[in-house]
Amino acid sequence: MAKIIKNREIVADDWKTLTLAANETAETVRLPFGPVLVPLAVWRARKSDLIHREWEHGHALGIWLGPRDDPADIAAELDDFSVVAVHFPLASDGRGYSIATLLRSRYGYRGELRAFGAVGHDQIHYLQRVGFDSYVVDAPERAVAGLDDFSESYQAAANQPLPLFRRRGAVA
Amino acid sequence: MYRYNEIDRRLVRERVVQFRDQVRRHLAGELSADAFRPLRLQNGLYIERHGPMLRIAVPYGQLSSKQLRTLARIARTYDRGVGHFSTRHNLQLNWVRLDQAPDILAELAKVDMHAIQTSGACIRNVTTDPLAGVSPQEVADPRPWAEILRQWSTLHPEFAYLPRKFKVAFSGGPDDAANLRIHDLGLQLVRSAAGELGFRVLVGGGLGRTPILAKALRDFLPWRHLLTYTEAILRIFNLHGRRDKLHKARIKILVEALGVEEFARQVEAEWAQLKDGPATLTEAEASRVAAHFEAPEYETLPKLDAGFEFARRHDRQFAAWVAHNVHEHRVPGYVAVTLSLKAPGRAPGDATSEQMEAAADLAERFGFAEIRTTQTQNLLLPDVMKRDLFNLWQLARNAGLATPGAGLINDIVACPGGDYCSLALARSIPLAQAIQQRFAGIAVQQDIGALRLNISGCMNACGHHHVGSIGVLGVDKHGAEFYQITLGGATGLEAALGKVIGPAVAAADVPGVIERLVDNYRLCRRPRERFIDTLQRVGPESFQAAAYGNTPTIEREAANG
Repeated sequence: MAKIIKNREIVADDWKTLTLAANETAETVRLPFGPVLVPLAVWRARKSDLIHREWEHGHALGIWLGPRDDPADIAAELDDFSVVAVHFPLASDGRGYSIATLLRSRYGYRGELRAFGAVGHDQIHYLQRVGFDSYVVDAPERAVAGLDDFSESYQAAANQPLPLFRRRGAVA
Repeated sequence: MYRYNEIDRRLVRERVVQFRDQVRRHLAGELSADAFRPLRLQNGLYIERHGPMLRIAVPYGQLSSKQLRTLARIARTYDRGVGHFSTRHNLQLNWVRLDQAPDILAELAKVDMHAIQTSGACIRNVTTDPLAGVSPQEVADPRPWAEILRQWSTLHPEFAYLPRKFKVAFSGGPDDAANLRIHDLGLQLVRSAAGELGFRVLVGGGLGRTPILAKALRDFLPWRHLLTYTEAILRIFNLHGRRDKLHKARIKILVEALGVEEFARQVEAEWAQLKDGPATLTEAEASRVAAHFEAPEYETLPKLDAGFEFARRHDRQFAAWVAHNVHEHRVPGYVAVTLSLKAPGRAPGDATSEQMEAAADLAERFGFAEIRTTQTQNLLLPDVMKRDLFNLWQLARNAGLATPGAGLINDIVACPGGDYCSLALARSIPLAQAIQQRFAGIAVQQDIGALRLNISGCMNACGHHHVGSIGVLGVDKHGAEFYQITLGGATGLEAALGKVIGPAVAAADVPGVIERLVDNYRLCRRPRERFIDTLQRVGPESFQAAAYGNTPTIEREAANG
């Protein structure tokens, strides 16, 4: 089983990430056995199917968003997911940081928020700041150190709702 | 100026530790060149023609003499004893070694400096007017707001991987010496009818391949909302800016594509969610930061200084220097002084370690130990007593910092060009030198009057050629260096983009073309008319004809009439 970083620990992970191949459609793609992260298109096409699987068969349900997906589309349904994951096709594609910010700060998502794709040691500090709490990365045992690259921050963000200047005021 | 507290220092130190580990992993083969690239860029490190170039941040152009001495020492220890001041206040070192870059950053951290976000697709160093805080025209000092934005943008977790770089400038008043309209985001301090302080917000400016002047996004934003409104703009840009093509990725392309009204609507909708939230600035924070920029203890002086007036009348060289390199100050008896980095035969913006130390000496002796870096690639002492000017001038002259004619034709703005930069197609430095030779002598330059000459080695426009009265752009024609000439660019309030006058010319012909353009101006001008005013009045045709060696089509009588 793959190892990921979750809540700062290295843990085994059995979630499967469903992606649509070129010849597959959201309506007909076969769902794998066990806990599954489905793309937004599959969630839209197969809602009742997916909820039934979870309720009747206990297969935990999660969703993953790509950088073009609008988190507003699932804002009312966030309670349906055990995990929301955000895909980073390239490390330089920073849309996922805003998507996470919106999920946490605007839509009030409190469950597991997972980053996967082209992210690692050098990104996870910022990922943590915008609200991610699990990370699919290479060599998680080494990468986990990146979470602690900085001990303070100026800005408000999902993991720290008050900017430094408001906290400074409170201390003084 | 702003003094770091323990938290500011800790963040910069932690950044050095983080980058040292990234360099180590890269050199050990654990971090590929591709994965390392955005990380080194966000620490100011480019890989250039001769190896790495390090760009050090000088936030809103403000340096203490101690910091400038450190820069001098770093240039001497880790480079070849010379640094290049860029058009965005920063200092570039062209000959550093990758494995020593973390050591340089550690040295910088000791004097509260860094190279954080001086490159890469993130929020870059904040710029402003070099006369901030001393300009008689300004509505309010922009530096506290620039510092507040610097802190907010530093290590911002959401906006580190934007579609493209994002440059913010503040201007203290209506004269706009900060050139807001060539920035992604421009913030001009204004007062509302009720007397409240706030910002006029401009968005979507930028030079490069597709030069566009920023457009007004909001006429008045109360100061408390500076950060929430900026956050709204950046979130819209981060989510919706193009990422498919590098040269279509700046916010200006998004603003053009949506139209500024639709862009404004999206920003306002996003802002409605953030407005009055925790990131809203407080009175306490605004005063805390503003206290760092309180005026030094000025002496009470008469507006006129007899000794200065005497020297000016009796020393023509001093008078020529004073005429252009000394600037009005809001406090009687004080002036601001440009220390020129445009000595003939030197690359525009270059300063040796000795010159940096000399500038630090002058600042300590005459100017409260403070130095500014300017968008025109010079240094500036913001607070000098008129009675010290003659003395200062003599010392500055010995250090090669008193080239007269700031703002005139030989105060050339130029990028490092193909001698250093791996992007450049043409060598801007030797060209600048050839042009300066053509217009040698302050009397010649004074006769030509206000004229901005800008040279960029390539489309990226680091020399801001689009906003030069005369702009020169290096292009590649079948492997040979050629130069495209633009006319009619302007900065500040009257900001305009220059237009190409015709086919590109060979390097050797550029000084001649510029001389003929200037001659045509002298032929056509009316009394006290500046180059760009004449150009605007008579149109570009006679200039085009003159540039390529044809007879000017304008009649002398008509021009003089």
